[in-house]
Amino acid sequence: MADLLDLTVAEAAAKIEAGEISRAEYAAAWHEAAGADELNAYLWRPDSPPDGIPVAVKDIFCVEGVPTTAGSRILEGYEPPYTATAVRRLADAGFGNLGKTNMDEFAMGSSNENSAYGPALNPWDRGRVPGGSSGGSAAVVAGGLAPCAIGTDTGGSIRQPASLCGIVGLKPTYGAISRYGMIAFASSLDQCGPLTRDVTDAAMLLGALQGKDPCDTTSVGLPEAPLLPERENLTGLRFAVPAELSRDAVDAGVREVFEATLARIEELGGTLAEVSLPHAEHGISAYYVIAPAEASSNLARYDGVRYGMRAESSGDVIEMYERTRAEGFGPEVKRRIMLGTYALSSGYYEAYYGQAQKVRTKIAGDFAAAFADFDLVVTPTSPSVAFGLGEKTDDPLAMYLNDFFTVPMSLAGIPAISIPAGLAEPPGGGPRLPVGFQIAAPAFGEQKLLDAAYALERAIAFDDRPGGDDG
Amino acid sequence: MAELEAVIGLEIHVQLATRTKMFCGCELSFGDEPNVHTCPVCLAHPGVLPVVNEQAIRYALKIAAALECEVAPRSIFHRKNYFYPDSPKAYQISQYDIPIAGAGRLGDVRIHRAHLEEDAAKMIHVGESGRIHGSGASLVDFNRGGTPLVEIVTEPDLRGAAEAAAWARLLRETVRQLEVSDVNMEEGSLRVDANVSVRPAGSEELGTKTELKNMNSFRFLERGIEAELARQRELVESGGAVVQETLHFHPEDGTLHPLRSKEEAHDYRYFPEPDLVPIAPSEEMLREARESLPELPAARASRYGEMGLAEDVAALLAADPPTAEYFEATAEAAAGIEPRVVANWVTGELAAALRQDGGEASASESKIEPAALAALVRMAHEKKVSHGSAKQVLATMVAEGGDPAAIVEREGLAQISDSGELESIVAAAIESNPEAAEQIRAGNGKAIGAIVGAVMKQTKGRADGGEVNRLIREQLGV
Repeated sequence: MADLLDLTVAEAAAKIEAGEISRAEYAAAWHEAAGADELNAYLWRPDSPPDGIPVAVKDIFCVEGVPTTAGSRILEGYEPPYTATAVRRLADAGFGNLGKTNMDEFAMGSSNENSAYGPALNPWDRGRVPGGSSGGSAAVVAGGLAPCAIGTDTGGSIRQPASLCGIVGLKPTYGAISRYGMIAFASSLDQCGPLTRDVTDAAMLLGALQGKDPCDTTSVGLPEAPLLPERENLTGLRFAVPAELSRDAVDAGVREVFEATLARIEELGGTLAEVSLPHAEHGISAYYVIAPAEASSNLARYDGVRYGMRAESSGDVIEMYERTRAEGFGPEVKRRIMLGTYALSSGYYEAYYGQAQKVRTKIAGDFAAAFADFDLVVTPTSPSVAFGLGEKTDDPLAMYLNDFFTVPMSLAGIPAISIPAGLAEPPGGGPRLPVGFQIAAPAFGEQKLLDAAYALERAIAFDDRPGGDDG
Repeated sequence: MAELEAVIGLEIHVQLATRTKMFCGCELSFGDEPNVHTCPVCLAHPGVLPVVNEQAIRYALKIAAALECEVAPRSIFHRKNYFYPDSPKAYQISQYDIPIAGAGRLGDVRIHRAHLEEDAAKMIHVGESGRIHGSGASLVDFNRGGTPLVEIVTEPDLRGAAEAAAWARLLRETVRQLEVSDVNMEEGSLRVDANVSVRPAGSEELGTKTELKNMNSFRFLERGIEAELARQRELVESGGAVVQETLHFHPEDGTLHPLRSKEEAHDYRYFPEPDLVPIAPSEEMLREARESLPELPAARASRYGEMGLAEDVAALLAADPPTAEYFEATAEAAAGIEPRVVANWVTGELAAALRQDGGEASASESKIEPAALAALVRMAHEKKVSHGSAKQVLATMVAEGGDPAAIVEREGLAQISDSGELESIVAAAIESNPEAAEQIRAGNGKAIGAIVGAVMKQTKGRADGGEVNRLIREQLGV
């Protein structure tokens, strides 16, 4: 049994294909493992093993007849009448739903503490957060509760929890995977992606997920289906380290791992140079205008009229709206709805939303300029290792800065991956925790990204597991 | 004080008669059981995305072509945010600063723009007020929600209520002939709102406008505008000022009432719809829209005017393409006779005869071939039958079809061409109507009717009226 759970998805699929293990047996083993969730990582699990290779699904994806809450009280009891394209495509590729994973409410958060159902816990240290918003998906993969998972990334919501949990997280190019059935947070930024144990599995899931979808006219798919990566060196690849994204606010331990990884790139034949992304440091500011603005509109449909929760009200429909939304949304969601409503309001639109869109265009331009001279851009994924539960909940700005390295790629719509690069001691001391390394590529450059990440992954040979010998 | 001039612009919502809704695959319907044409997309379930109906774009392009609008190479959708139960997403997908169609013209009125959007769901307020405030309960029917709409906005080029209603009729006919909408005002597939203001005649500045809604017929449109113009004129002439507001027309008594107060004015927080890519019509789509245009009412009416038809007859025919085609075929078969005469027969005698027959068939569906009507018109024109006899023949043709010459022959309706015979009939009629004869001699021309009537009775209408008149006067020496 333990052997089955040790296999990567690609290995298991190969063994199933070869008839060495049975798919049902493999699914049953994971179903049982998932049942031992002590991390509050699953919000829903089926009664019986999935029909297919198990994949954990962030609770933001609609699955017909399966409770889908997006981590919010306002969708309590909601069972969608349809299934998201991403989930359907996984099913077509032979995957089955192992369970719905915990998340920050409507994907707003970097710690999973904004879930209406309590935070998922970091399997490396249950007193710490798994990151967010796809915290549950990262926790189940890192914690041995699922072989792989899917999540969504709006400003870092796949990459940051992958980094904090010591796994691989890929945010593909905007438009590579259909958003149909993925509950919207910020439509122009949201993108589905895999959270996996290794880069090969990420490539495998990406292959199943990507493609143009007639239900999502902003989807385009990838120009070619991704191949499983095989590259063993980085010879000839030019890596850029953005000056503006590597100076400040990075924990010493994270910096150490980052520097070591840069050295590893050179050992593998890659070249390194500093590049300027002059507008990237304004990414957070622009992001926290654009994403809340879109969210304020996307979340307006939760009014208690047609589905989900409806507050008791003796007054008119307006009072019913107000009570439902007051009771149904958590504080962070309310904060962003208010921010976004303000940013779009008459007289402020140009100063906030208009200006933020200009910054976004500038950041995309910075990346385009960098990719004229370089193949890939690298940064730490997160400025810190996993922080303690409650450590940043009173300081939204400190929380937002978790996305400092991941937001620029989201704004530019380009693909980026976080791979585990090592362990580092948290600032206050204690057992060492995973550190992620982020690689970004030009739009639709997924193959190049996966190939480079694979070569680097092999060289780093990160094989630490939560609860294992920290050595 | 200078006389006050009316300044009116119209905003017209046209429901497109596509098979499915604007952003999902649900079928359009009217009058079906509530909430049967719905899906996760038009009910705004979490996670759904809109997909633009290509047919709606093609229809909008036809409207744009008919209104001679500039078409934007890349127009974009915006979200118009507002909370109301008729809007399940709490925003309407509409177009804002870059609509699919820009400046254009229909007749004498400039078009400001035309854009695509989706219709709201239908609300039914249960209780006395008939409005959401004070109603016992409100029901929502999402069947209509998401129906494709084209909103057409005119420049404020109209100068009176009747003119506005007439232009709105022309627009309806134009859109109807494009076959992109049912344009039925009662069913709401055509909705006309009016922006109304007054200003001193000759002034270039616009006065403060009010917006008039809920006028669901052309008559109500005209009455509503008239009432509002009267109110504004009285207000301004007595030194008051018009307040910008939306007024709701009450068809029961023709009054106007403010719809919502200024305090509730919405900030719609428009922003570009991130779920949709821009509409970039292909050359093929633009060409198809242009080439599929029929000859539209305004163009047809003006062509008929050049052919010598009276303005009202030209407009009547232009609004009814099958009858217009019928007229043209008849006029062609009646070569040599003025088209004006043929048009009068089609819209006058033939229309009357068809109405008499029950009014179900139009000219083009009747038993009368254009060539047969042309033959009859020619016989009347050449005075082979009297006008009265021709009407009798027409009635027979409406009932049975057939060749007018044969009917004339069969029923003995040929005009009395023997002048000797007619002269003696006239003489007899004068003799038997001495009082009328005396009055005519005394200068009362109207009295001639009695003698003409007697002649017609005697000849069963086969005499030429003009000739009879001439003979009576001749014989009475007046």
